[in-house]
Amino acid sequence: MDEDGGSSSAVGIEAQSIPPRQSNTLYLFTQQSLPACKPVLTPAWVITIYFLIGAICIPVGLLSLDASRSVVEITDRYDTDCIPPPFKSNKVAYIKDSSISKNCSRFLKVPKHMKAPIYIYYQLDNYYQNHRRYVKSRSDKQLLHGLKYNSTSSCKPEEYNNGLPIVPCGLIAWSLFNDTYSFSRGTAALKVNRKDISWKSDRDHKFGKQVYPFNFQNGSLIGGGSLDPNVPLSDQEDLIVWMRTAALPSFRKLYGRIEEDLDADDVVVVDVSNNYNTYSFGGKKKLVLSTSSWLGGKNDFLGMAYLSVGSSSILLSLIFLLLHVKNPRPYGDTNYSSWNWKGVSS
Amino acid sequence: MKHTARHTGGRRRLRFSKLYSFGCGKAPLDDDHSQIGGPGFSRVVYCNEPDGYEASIRNYAGNYVRSTKYTPASFLPKALFEQFRRVANFYFLVTGILAFTPLAPYTAVSAILPLTVVIGATIIKEGIEDWHRKQQDIEVNNRKVKVHRGGGVFEYTQWRNLRVGDIVKVEKDEFFPADLVLLSSSFDDSICYVETMNLDGETNLKLKQALEVTSFLHEDSIFMDFKALVKCEDPNANLYSFVGSMEFQEQQFPLSPQQLLLRDSKLRNTDFIYGAVIFTGPDTKVIQNSTDPPSKRSKIERKMDKIIYFLFGVLFTIALIGSIYFGITTADDLKNGIMKRWYLRPDNSKVFYDPKKAPEAALYHFLTAVMLYSYLIPISLYVSIEIVKVVQSVFINRDIHMYYEEADQPAHARTSNLTEELGQVDTILSDKTGTLTCNSMEFIKCSVAGTAYGQSVTEVEKAMARRKGSPLAYGTVNGQDHVNDSTDTKPLIKGFNFKDERIVKGNWVNEPHADVIQKFLRLLAICHTAIPEVDEDTGTVSYEAESPDEAAFVIAASELGFEFYKRTQTSVSLYELDPVSGRKVERLYKLLNVLEFNSSRKRMSVIVRDEDGKLFLLCKGADSVMFERLSENGREFEDQTRKHVDEYADAGLRTLILAYRELDEEEYKNFNKNFTKAKNSVSADREELIDEVADDIEKNLILLGATAVEDKLQNGVPECIDKLAQAGIKIWVLTGDKMETAINIGFACRLLRQGMKQIIIHLDSPEIGILEKEGEKGAIAKASKESVHRQISEGKDQLTASRGSSQGFALIIDGKSLVYALEDDMKTLFLELAVACASVICCRSSPKQKALVTRLVKDGTGKTTLAIGDGANDVGMLQEADIGVGISGVEGMQAVMSSDIAIAQFRFLERLLLVHGHWCYRRISSMICYFFYKNVTFGATVFLYEAHASFSGQPAYNDWYLALYNILFTSLPVVALGVFDQDVSAGLCHKFPLLYQQGVKNSLFSWRRILGWMFNGLCSAVIIFFFCTKALDPQAFNSDGKVAGYQIVGATMYTCVVCVVNCQMALAISYFTLIQHIVIWGGISLWFLFLFLYGLMSPNLSTTAYKVLVECLAPAPAFWLNVLFVVLAALIPYFSYSAIQMRFFPMYHEKIRVNNEGLLDDPEHGNTVRQGSIGLTTVRSRARIEERNNTMEASFRTYSE
Repeated sequence: MDEDGGSSSAVGIEAQSIPPRQSNTLYLFTQQSLPACKPVLTPAWVITIYFLIGAICIPVGLLSLDASRSVVEITDRYDTDCIPPPFKSNKVAYIKDSSISKNCSRFLKVPKHMKAPIYIYYQLDNYYQNHRRYVKSRSDKQLLHGLKYNSTSSCKPEEYNNGLPIVPCGLIAWSLFNDTYSFSRGTAALKVNRKDISWKSDRDHKFGKQVYPFNFQNGSLIGGGSLDPNVPLSDQEDLIVWMRTAALPSFRKLYGRIEEDLDADDVVVVDVSNNYNTYSFGGKKKLVLSTSSWLGGKNDFLGMAYLSVGSSSILLSLIFLLLHVKNPRPYGDTNYSSWNWKGVSS
Repeated sequence: MKHTARHTGGRRRLRFSKLYSFGCGKAPLDDDHSQIGGPGFSRVVYCNEPDGYEASIRNYAGNYVRSTKYTPASFLPKALFEQFRRVANFYFLVTGILAFTPLAPYTAVSAILPLTVVIGATIIKEGIEDWHRKQQDIEVNNRKVKVHRGGGVFEYTQWRNLRVGDIVKVEKDEFFPADLVLLSSSFDDSICYVETMNLDGETNLKLKQALEVTSFLHEDSIFMDFKALVKCEDPNANLYSFVGSMEFQEQQFPLSPQQLLLRDSKLRNTDFIYGAVIFTGPDTKVIQNSTDPPSKRSKIERKMDKIIYFLFGVLFTIALIGSIYFGITTADDLKNGIMKRWYLRPDNSKVFYDPKKAPEAALYHFLTAVMLYSYLIPISLYVSIEIVKVVQSVFINRDIHMYYEEADQPAHARTSNLTEELGQVDTILSDKTGTLTCNSMEFIKCSVAGTAYGQSVTEVEKAMARRKGSPLAYGTVNGQDHVNDSTDTKPLIKGFNFKDERIVKGNWVNEPHADVIQKFLRLLAICHTAIPEVDEDTGTVSYEAESPDEAAFVIAASELGFEFYKRTQTSVSLYELDPVSGRKVERLYKLLNVLEFNSSRKRMSVIVRDEDGKLFLLCKGADSVMFERLSENGREFEDQTRKHVDEYADAGLRTLILAYRELDEEEYKNFNKNFTKAKNSVSADREELIDEVADDIEKNLILLGATAVEDKLQNGVPECIDKLAQAGIKIWVLTGDKMETAINIGFACRLLRQGMKQIIIHLDSPEIGILEKEGEKGAIAKASKESVHRQISEGKDQLTASRGSSQGFALIIDGKSLVYALEDDMKTLFLELAVACASVICCRSSPKQKALVTRLVKDGTGKTTLAIGDGANDVGMLQEADIGVGISGVEGMQAVMSSDIAIAQFRFLERLLLVHGHWCYRRISSMICYFFYKNVTFGATVFLYEAHASFSGQPAYNDWYLALYNILFTSLPVVALGVFDQDVSAGLCHKFPLLYQQGVKNSLFSWRRILGWMFNGLCSAVIIFFFCTKALDPQAFNSDGKVAGYQIVGATMYTCVVCVVNCQMALAISYFTLIQHIVIWGGISLWFLFLFLYGLMSPNLSTTAYKVLVECLAPAPAFWLNVLFVVLAALIPYFSYSAIQMRFFPMYHEKIRVNNEGLLDDPEHGNTVRQGSIGLTTVRSRARIEERNNTMEASFRTYSE
């Protein structure tokens, strides 16, 4: 019988032996005996791994939660409140009627001291910026090269107006958000810095410095905001922010920064120019003032998730430990033979 | 016959029966030949004028032969067609084409690229394989042959230049370049010998003879004015028929297969032949015959197809759901001229989004969705599996433990697509001779004139002695006790292990029946078809025989004083010991006829005339046919001989009965006339006629005695069978041996055990014997059938009665009963009985029965069958079984040629199945499960995102992320899993054979497991999607107040998918080599590297990925924390599942792994595992394990419960 036959007397012996004469890597490879570690989920490993997961997750969770809690955030939904009572029943007509003043004042009470910079966001809900038709309706080349680039068929139906190309073309640009906000505390206006709210790479490489808006929002059907034709696209940060489309139908976009601290119980007055039509599709508009932490804005989710995963890991670790201590049953013991075959077959 | 006599060296094999077959000339122009010229028989060949006008208008094919699947021109279209016949690939082709339309959710190139890579890899593989075939073709087509160039001059030309009508001269040991009509040869009677190994695998030589009228063509120059017209049948695939006629010198002569030399056969023992080319190239019979062998597909792959269909079902369902939702929302966007989602401009829309044509838009969206969800189907699955299987077969080929050093033969996986099937074998159907045994026969005993001679001990006897408990074997032969030398000296002469003082060294002359012994030995020396080869230097004679049995006989005769040394076509010469003078004398026996051996006759005879002019018929054959042919006065020793034959059979020996008869001249003349007539008949029942004539003369024989040769068991066979049986594999032995021999071999190789109850089904009952004597066929059949039915039913009753007891059952059935048991109305019953038995032995079974039994088991049980055999008689069985394993032994290559995997020794089967089979099965099934897991994970995130984009068909990821997922970031770990993973080491596979049941029960590739993995994928996807979106949106993403837009969320989710999928792999595999580390962590690193480099490209190329890593993701702690969290969270379900399963419901391999972590050397522990797992195995393995444990005397708890 050959050496690996596993004879009846050789039960306890690893029957496989490799002739020492050729133990180079290729040989080991073809003999399928490359050195390897063979992890087995022994109780000790299970307990340790659960414990380790817990040990990592809980501190990280606490840190994240702390970061999130340190952020002060004021959210104000104004889309319904800013409609004058006579128009409550027909909001769409109100928003479409350009003869009616759209101004509206909101009073925001600062709950806690807010440290500068305080970021101003507008938040839209139920707005499908990720709709395929919408996402595709732009021309990156035109944004960068302007009128020099004229094959902008992807921009349809906002490609031409009155026979002239539109710069920037496409639905995204056309539907530019055009609510504006101005802030004041008491009597003094709060200065809002609206520079540097977009990603630098967008400004530098995606939007042309020599490209000026042309023939924009000029047609019969006006979408959203208009652009100053004398400012190059690379400086139109509102547009740049808007055109970096959101991932989900509920999203925030950066509007600007307030670069002074706000104290607790300060009342910030916001003059909203409520121009943007979210009423047709039942969307919400919110104004958000938020500070930021190293982790970003206020969101307890990550911290809570970490904490819950971490604590349940510790719990599982303890359960397994208890099981192991109480009943250190060796695996495959015959006492449990009733399910043994099932073990093989399932 | 001067030519034959001239040959001294080299291989020569003469088939005398064939030689004598055309002693009386040619067949008349019979019915067949009247068809010439009619449909199907239209070929007209003008010999020696290939350039003539007549030849040119017929324009027969050239002699160029192509075995390649493709030509350079057809390669691409044909190979592509082959690829796209696979439904998954075709689907990807359709999506690839649709990707060029505006419907596509991604750019065309990102859809085409993975497809191109995958198809390209497969096509390159095809191309390489075809290139090898091309090389062979070039070699064959450029071989040289001498062809007549006119004016009696022969010149060498390449095979491919041959044309129909050419006259060629083929020389010794050359292959025939095309199908030729033999015109003449170097022999006067224009015969030639042909070896047809390449056609039918038979190694013996066949004889061909030209028409007498053309046999004068001995010189090149005669061909100057040779003209003949051959009319014959059209090209066809039948190797054994040929109908044609030759018009020569204004006379018609019929042509038969006797004149046809087939391409790819070889001229042997003949200096040269002249032939006219009849069929060339693709028209030749061998090419017409060549069909691709039926490709076998493994069960796993067939199941995999089903899974793919299932996934297609899922895909189309979710696409449909999405389309309906999309249609509704789109229609909703514009009502009575009022736009809802005005920013989408529903009033001015292409048809794809047109609210006014919402149903159409939904339909188009359906196509988009079908493209988008294509990531559910693993595109690289097929190609990865092919790669893995190729590597797996390399492992099998290179395994040092399956390398047979003595013969320098490694294992050889001839097809690579069955590797995982090796892990699922439920039943092994094994041949005996040459498979379980060495097929090297040793003459060991004989019984002459009622006296038994020979004192050597066989292995079976040793095994029997062991069973009875005596350490040394005592045999009682011939009434005397003699102790056997247990330190068995090896026989000095191969094939001869005979020890008996009474016979050897000429002592036999002093025995009581010396004359019978003389006849006995003489018969051994004459009655055979072996050919002696005299070594001219030493004068020693060696023999070339068709079978090892024959060689053993001739050697034995020679050792005992009857040395056969010369054979011509008409005579046999011996050196005999003359009992009177005591000296060696030379005797010549004229060989008149050879009545060949075949499996239905089970005997062979020769008719010789001795030097005194007396005629003898010498006959040897199986006892079942011989005893009934004895004459009344020839039965003197019958009872003794029968007893001895039974004893020999008990000792596991192969026996033959020897008998002779003297013929008178008149009788012989009569016989010869009939015999030649039968030989020359061309009707379909020619064989029967010959048998009938032979039957007539082979009667009234006088019994001489019996021989017994031993066929030694191969090394390690008992241990291997023991292991395979412990693994729960059922083993059936299908043998041509006698029942007693088979049973004893069964014991010797541990297929049968002492405690087993044997159910024997046979037809040797007296009633049937009586019926047989009366000879009424219908009655015999009826009675036999009833008897078999009754026996099977009784067997079943016994089984039911003893259910629950630990007694194992063995079924033994003989060939005659098998005929009835395999009939349609009885086979289910038979199968039920056989399946319930631990071991099954079918004795006396014919090749066809072997194949039928294999089919019965395969179709009847639906389980995987493996057939193993070494000879031509096993070919049917090998092809019928799910896996055919050929033993590359002494009986030629035919079994190997038709097998799927060839090994050198039976014992390698243990490693092939328990180790390679188990691993391959495990790897392939894990690999496929993992493939589905990773694609479901990815596809589901795409789906979930799309659901949040109002089902508009927007993918979450950049086009290139999508394109590279399957081919770059996740492909290699899966391949590494398929190549390297080992749940337990090879040693443990051997140690715990029951592990093999995982494959038999298919527990690693059950629907539960497959769907479990898919569910795991779904869980991972849900966790990834929701955690990413919840954690990232809508608040600021970094300390700079920027929010996470489409590109950041997409890239983060994708990062999570790649990390989770790769880490999941790390969690699931159990054998971590360096390569695994490289591919798994490398896959993740590659993604980051890709993202980095891709982000550096200009925004035109990188679009949404522009600088996303350097600017957005990498500096943001939120990204890293999120990825870390998602990976942990997505892996915890699987980890917990594994931990719980490991803790509470460990699978067998897991138990082995755990137990062998620290307890490797604790034999008791091994026992508990082993016992713990046998709850449902057959009683046999339980008994085996009991037996084993007893012998080990290890302490263990019996499982009396």
